[in-house]
Amino acid sequence: MSGDQTGPDPSAQPPSSHAALSIRGLVKTFGAKTAVAGIDLDVPAGSFYGLVGPNGAGKTTTLSMATGLLRPDAGIISIHGVDVWQNLVDAKRLVGVLSDGVALFDRLTGEQLVTYAGMLCGLDRANAVERAGDLLTMLDLTSAGGTLVVDYSAGMTKKIALACALVHAPRLLVLDEPFESVDPVSAANIRDILAGYARGGGTVIVSSHSMDLVQRMCDHVAIVSQGSIVAAGTVDEVRAGSTLEDRFVELVGGRRHAEGPSWLQSS
Amino acid sequence: MVAVLVSLRFRSLWNSLQHNPWQLVGAIVGALYGLGMLALAVVGFALLSVAPLDLQRAVIVGAGSVLILGWVIAPLVMVGADQTLDPIKLSPFPISRNSLFVSLTASGVLGIPGIVTTLAALASVIVWWRHPLALIVALVCAAIGVLTCVTASRAFMSLSSGVSSGRRYRELTGILVLIPVMLLGPIIIAVSDGARSIAGVLPAVTGVLGWTPLGAAWAVPGDVAAGAWVAAAARLLIALATLAVCIAVWRRGLDRMLSSPLRSNSSTTTRSGLGMFSRVSDSPTGAVMARSLTYWMRDPRYAQQLIILPLLVVLMSFYSFTGDGNSIMPTMGVILAAYFLSSGVYADVAYDGTAFALHLTTGVRGIADRAGRALAVASFGVPLIIVLTVAVVAITGDVASLPGTLGVTIGIALASLGAASVTSALIVFPVAKAGENPFKSQPGAALPSTLAMLGTFGAATILALPVGILAITTIVTGSALLGWITLIVGVVVGAAELVLGIVVGGKVYDRRGPELLMRLRS
Repeated sequence: MSGDQTGPDPSAQPPSSHAALSIRGLVKTFGAKTAVAGIDLDVPAGSFYGLVGPNGAGKTTTLSMATGLLRPDAGIISIHGVDVWQNLVDAKRLVGVLSDGVALFDRLTGEQLVTYAGMLCGLDRANAVERAGDLLTMLDLTSAGGTLVVDYSAGMTKKIALACALVHAPRLLVLDEPFESVDPVSAANIRDILAGYARGGGTVIVSSHSMDLVQRMCDHVAIVSQGSIVAAGTVDEVRAGSTLEDRFVELVGGRRHAEGPSWLQSS
Repeated sequence: MVAVLVSLRFRSLWNSLQHNPWQLVGAIVGALYGLGMLALAVVGFALLSVAPLDLQRAVIVGAGSVLILGWVIAPLVMVGADQTLDPIKLSPFPISRNSLFVSLTASGVLGIPGIVTTLAALASVIVWWRHPLALIVALVCAAIGVLTCVTASRAFMSLSSGVSSGRRYRELTGILVLIPVMLLGPIIIAVSDGARSIAGVLPAVTGVLGWTPLGAAWAVPGDVAAGAWVAAAARLLIALATLAVCIAVWRRGLDRMLSSPLRSNSSTTTRSGLGMFSRVSDSPTGAVMARSLTYWMRDPRYAQQLIILPLLVVLMSFYSFTGDGNSIMPTMGVILAAYFLSSGVYADVAYDGTAFALHLTTGVRGIADRAGRALAVASFGVPLIIVLTVAVVAITGDVASLPGTLGVTIGIALASLGAASVTSALIVFPVAKAGENPFKSQPGAALPSTLAMLGTFGAATILALPVGILAITTIVTGSALLGWITLIVGVVVGAAELVLGIVVGGKVYDRRGPELLMRLRS
C-alpha cells in the first residue's frame, strides 16, 4: 500500500533476466494476515509452469502482484528482464492475464470484448478486429461472437477471457484457475491451445487445484503453502518418483484419516 | 424455525455492523432518529386524544397513509437502508415456503424501521382511550396496518425487480419504476402544499384516503368511535383485502424468486458487427469511449442516471408552475442536471466492478481511460444540456438570457465532468453490480458515495465560479454583450477544466490503479 518503491531485496540473488518471470523476496500482508511470505521463483522461458497449493495459500495473490494488479509490500518481480513495478506499462505489454474471480465487461459481445482488449493494449482497430476473429475461430466461439458475454456459459466465459489475454500476443501467459467450471471438452481444447502456444515459444503459468491436470500438462511445477514455496522445479523433480498429488499432500499436510462422526454413517 | 431465521437476521446485522464501523454509525443515527420520531409521535397522540373526533380521524388516517406509502417507497429510493435475509441464499435449506414466508415477514417487522413502526402504531391506539370499543378495534387495526406496511414493501420490491422474467425485461422494469417514484415527491409536496394553504381540505383528503388501501385500516377505529358501523365494516374489508393482496403478491414473488433461475437465456439476441467500436477514433481512448457509450445504452444502472437529467428539469419546472411561477426554477433544474451529468463518471469505476481489472492488465494509460469515459458522457451529455437549456428558455420566454444561461450550463457540465474524472480515480464505493436491481441496497455505500458526490459537485462549483460570476453580472447589468462573453467563457474555460481534470485524473489513476482494483474486489 506504500508508494511505488518496492522494499530492499532480502534475497541474495538478483532476479534472473533470462527467466520469463523471476520473483525475489515477494511479500504481501493484508492487515494481520500474511498472504505471501517471501516467495522466490524463476519460471524459465518457454516452460509450461504449474502453480499448485491449497486454498488461501497465496497463489492468486502472487499472480496478481506478478501481473501488476496488486502492489507488493516488498520484493522484486521481473518479466523477461523488465521490472514489473518500475515499468508497469512495458511489463504489461509482455504478459497476458486470465484472472480468477474478476468480472468481464459482459455487456459487450464476445467480438467487441476481445477487440476492446486489443485496442486497450494499443493495437490499431483493424488489427484488433482481425485478431479477435482469429481467436474466436480458434476457441470455437465464432457463432457466439455476436452474443453478449453476460449470456455466455461459464466455459464460454473462460474462453473469451482467454482470448482477451491472448489478443496482444504476449510472451508470457498467466492463467489463474483457467479450468475451473469448464467442461471436460472445452478444457481439453483450451489445453491444446495452451500447449501450442508454449511450443511456439511462449511461457505459460497456470494455477490450479487439479494435481492430475498439472502433472499431465506442465513441465515445471511449484507447490505453494502458507505464502511460501515448499517445492519447485521440473514436475519429475518435484514429485520425486511418487505422484504429484501424494507429494503435494506430503508437503502441505492437512490430510485426516478419520471417517467423520458416527451419525454421518447412513448404514 | 421462524425464531432461528429471525435471530439469523439479527446475527448477520450485528456481524456486518462490527465489520463496518460507518454502517454502525449509520445504524445508531438511524435508531436515534427512529426513537426521536417515536417520542414525538407519542406526545402527538397524547395531545390528539383530547382533540375533537373529526381531527383525530383525519390525523390518524393521514399519518397512517403516509406510513404505508413510506414503506413502499423507502426501499426503492434509499441506499443501504435495510439488510434483510436473502431468500435465494436460504433456498438450499429444507425450509418450507410457509415458514420461510412467515420468517421473512417477522424479520421485516423486527428490523429497526419495523420496530419503530410497530411501536408508533401501538402508541396511536391511546388516541381512542375515551372510546373503549374503538380502542380494542384500533389494536387489531394497528396490527393489520403494520403487517400491510411490511408486506406491501416486499410486494413492491418483488414487482419492481421483476424476478420472473428475462434479463432485459427485469432491467427495463427496474428503470420504469424510477419515474413514478421520482415524480411522487413533488406530487405529494404539491398535494400537501395545497392542503397546508387550505387547512380545511385536510379532512376531505383524509376522508378519501380512508377509502383507499393506504388509509382504510387506520380509518376503522374512527368509524367505530363515531358509531358508523357500516363504514367501519366496509373499511375493515378494504384493509383486509389490501393485506391479502400484498401477501399474495409477495408470496408469488417469493415463489418465483426461489423456483426460477435468476438469469434466463431465452431472450438472447445476436448482434453483428462492432457497434460503437467502429465509430470512435482508432486509439485506446476511442476504445474506452466506445465501451462507455455501449454501457450507457445497455446497462440499466447508467440509463437510470440518464433518465434523472430530464426529470430534474421537469421537477423544477413543476415546482415553478405550482409555486409562484418563479422563472429561475427551471433554469436551476438545468444547472442541477449539468451537475448530475458527472454522476455517471464519478461512479464509473465503481460500476465497472472487477471488470476494471482488464484496464489494469492491458496497461492502458490513465489519461486514455479518463478521457474515454469523460468524452463518452460529454458526447451526448453536452448536447442534452444544450437542448434542455434551449427548451427551458423557450418555456420561460426570456430569449435574451439564452447565451448567458447556455454559458453557465455548458460551463458547469464540462467542469463537473472534469472534477468527476479526478474523483472517480480517488473514490470507489459499493454499487449495484451489473445485472442486479439498480435499487438493491448496498450496505456501507451511503457515506463514500455521498463523499464522492459532494467532492465532485464542490469542485465543479469552484471551477465554475468564473462563469457563474459573469452570469450574475450579466443578470444584474442586463448587458447582452456580457451574455455572449459568458457563453464563450463557459465553453472555453469549461473545456480547459475538462482537459485539466482528465490529465490530473489520469495521473491519479496511473498511481492508484491497483489500489482501486483492491477496493473493488473487497
